[in-house]
Amino acid sequence: MTEIAAGQRLRSQACGTEVIVVRAPDQPVELTCGGSPMTAEPAAAGAAARPKPAAGGGGGGGAQLGKRYLDEPTGLELLCTKPGSEVPAADGRALTLKAARPLPASD
Amino acid sequence: MAASGHPDRVAVGRLRSTAADAAPLSYPDLLARARAGAVALRERGATELVYLGVSGNAFAQALFASAWAGIPLVPLNYRLGRDQLAELLGRHAGALVVSDLEPPARGPVLTTGAWDALCARPAADADPWRDDQDATAILLYTSGTTSAPKAAVLRHRHLTSYLLGSVEFGAADETHAMLVSVPPYHIAGVSNLLSNVYAGRRIVYLESFTPEGWLESVRDEGVTHALLVPTMLARLTEHLAGPDGHLAGPHAAAVPTLRNLAYGGAKMPAPVLERATRLFPAVDFVNAYGLTETSSTIAVLGPDDHRAALSGDPVAKARLGSVGKLLPGIEAQVRAPDGAVMPEGGIGDVFVRGDQVSGEYRGTASAVDADGWLATRDRGWIDDEGYLFIEGRADDTIIRGGENLAPAEIEDVLLDHPAVAEAAVVGIPDEQWGQDIAAVIVPRAGHAADAGELQAWVRSRLRSAKTPAVIVFRDSLPHTPTGKLLRREVLADLLANP
Repeated sequence: MTEIAAGQRLRSQACGTEVIVVRAPDQPVELTCGGSPMTAEPAAAGAAARPKPAAGGGGGGGAQLGKRYLDEPTGLELLCTKPGSEVPAADGRALTLKAARPLPASD
Repeated sequence: MAASGHPDRVAVGRLRSTAADAAPLSYPDLLARARAGAVALRERGATELVYLGVSGNAFAQALFASAWAGIPLVPLNYRLGRDQLAELLGRHAGALVVSDLEPPARGPVLTTGAWDALCARPAADADPWRDDQDATAILLYTSGTTSAPKAAVLRHRHLTSYLLGSVEFGAADETHAMLVSVPPYHIAGVSNLLSNVYAGRRIVYLESFTPEGWLESVRDEGVTHALLVPTMLARLTEHLAGPDGHLAGPHAAAVPTLRNLAYGGAKMPAPVLERATRLFPAVDFVNAYGLTETSSTIAVLGPDDHRAALSGDPVAKARLGSVGKLLPGIEAQVRAPDGAVMPEGGIGDVFVRGDQVSGEYRGTASAVDADGWLATRDRGWIDDEGYLFIEGRADDTIIRGGENLAPAEIEDVLLDHPAVAEAAVVGIPDEQWGQDIAAVIVPRAGHAADAGELQAWVRSRLRSAKTPAVIVFRDSLPHTPTGKLLRREVLADLLANP
C-alpha cells in the first residue's frame, strides 16, 4: 500500500486520470482507479498500455478536470489535474464529487 | 491545468490594445512562455528572479517561469529610491533582474522587452515540471509601515492552500475579465494572478491607476471584475461624484459590464464605501482581508452583507465595518495582552492559523508559534456570528491614561465631518497621560475646518477621552503606494513641526 501524503501526485494505470492529494486520509487506504492501484510513476511509464485520456473536461461519468473528490470516512481529498474515464476509489469506495463552495471572487 | 481546461481562452492581456506588454496570451501561450522563461533562467544560472517593474505580461511570465525553474520570484517596489533599491538588490546577489529602470544590480539585468522576447522563444529543451511544495515560490517584502521591510517567505504549499481554499477551478465563464490595478510587489498582485488563472478569468492590467484610465479600461475591455485598494476607490468616487456628491452626468458612472468589485489592502473609510455602493448599485462589493504573511485573503465580507447594510439593517450596517468571515481553512483567536484567549466580542490581538499562513521571514525565525498561530499584529474582535472586526494595527494603538484607543474609530468620526477629506490620528507623548491623541487633517477643497469645531464634533459623537488634544492641518498625508497610511511619518512630522 502506497503512503498517501498531501501534495503527492498520483496517476491511474487504467485511464488518463491524474490527481494531486489535497488532504491525506486519516488512516491508510488502498487507492485505486479503474480497478488498478494509483501510482506515483511518471506518465511515460507504461503509457502505451493505457487508453487515451478522455477529451476535454471529462464530462459524464469520469474524473473531471479541476474537480475535487472526497472520501468521507477518511477525509481523503483529491484534486483532478488530468481528466480520465474512471473516478478513483478508496478501499473500493468510489470517491464523491465535492460540491463547490460559493465564495465571492476576492482577488 | 488551465492550459488544458481552457485552451482557447485569453489568460492575460487586452483585446483592444496594440501595446506589446498587453498582447493577449492564451493559457497554452502562458504555459509555453513559462517553460521558455525557465530555460532562460537556467541558462543564466539564476538562483532567484527579481521583478522590478509594473504589472503586465512580463510579470505574469516571470511568476510562472520562476515556478517552473524552481527558484523564488522576488517582486520589488519600482518606486523605491536608488539607495534602498541597491540595499535590497544586494540581498539577492544570484538573481536575474528584470527591469527597465537600469537598476543598481551586480548580476545580470534584462529589460522587460528582452525578458518577453526570451519567453517567446520555443522551449523544447525545458526541464519537466518538478513538484516541490516546500520550495519557496515568492519572497515578498512587507510594506513596513511600522518597521523596516522584511522579506516574507511564501512556499508553494502556502499559495496552493490559498487557491484551493478560496477559488474553484474554472469558476469564471469565458466573458469574464478582471481589471488589476495593484502592483506586482503587493501580495494581491501575486495572489490575483494565481486565482484568476485558476478560475479561468482573463486578467487586464492597469499599469498605473487614474480614475479616467480605470473607467476607460472597464468600458473598453468589457471588464466584469475589479480589484482596488481604498485610496483608488476614494479617488474614483471623488472623480465621479465630485466634492459635493453630484454626478457629472447621468452616465458618468456607467460601467455596464462590471459585476464584482473587490477591495482590500488597507482600511476602507465608511463614507467612501457608501458613496461607491450608491454610484455602482448593480455591482457586488467584496471586502478581502489578509496579510502578505498569510498568502493574501483570509477573511471575506461578501456582496450579500453589503446589500443587507444598504437596505438599512442595523446589524448588517455595523458589519460593513468588519472584514467579514474567515475562509474555510482559517481559524482565528483574539488574545488578551497576557496571551489568554478572549471570550466572544472581546477586543485584543488577532491570531490566525491555517495551511496558507506562512509567518516566515527570510533570515529570521518563524513568527508562527508551536501550535501554528501567527500574530497578525492587528487588534480586533469577533462577533457572535463569526464576523471579524479589525480596529487597526496593534502598534498604532494609543494608550492614554492606561486606556487603549484605536485611531481608526476616531478617524472615522472625523471623516464624517463635511470639511474633512483625510484624517490621521496618532498618539503623541504626554506627561500626564503617557500618550495623548493628535489628529492631522487634510481639509476638503473649498471648506474651512476649525480645530475647536472638530474637537466638539468628536466629543459629541464619542467622548472626551477619545477627543484629540491636538489638531493640525496639512495639505496631504503620507501613504504607501497601496494606500496604507504611514503613521510613523505622520508622527515624525508632527513632532518635528508641532
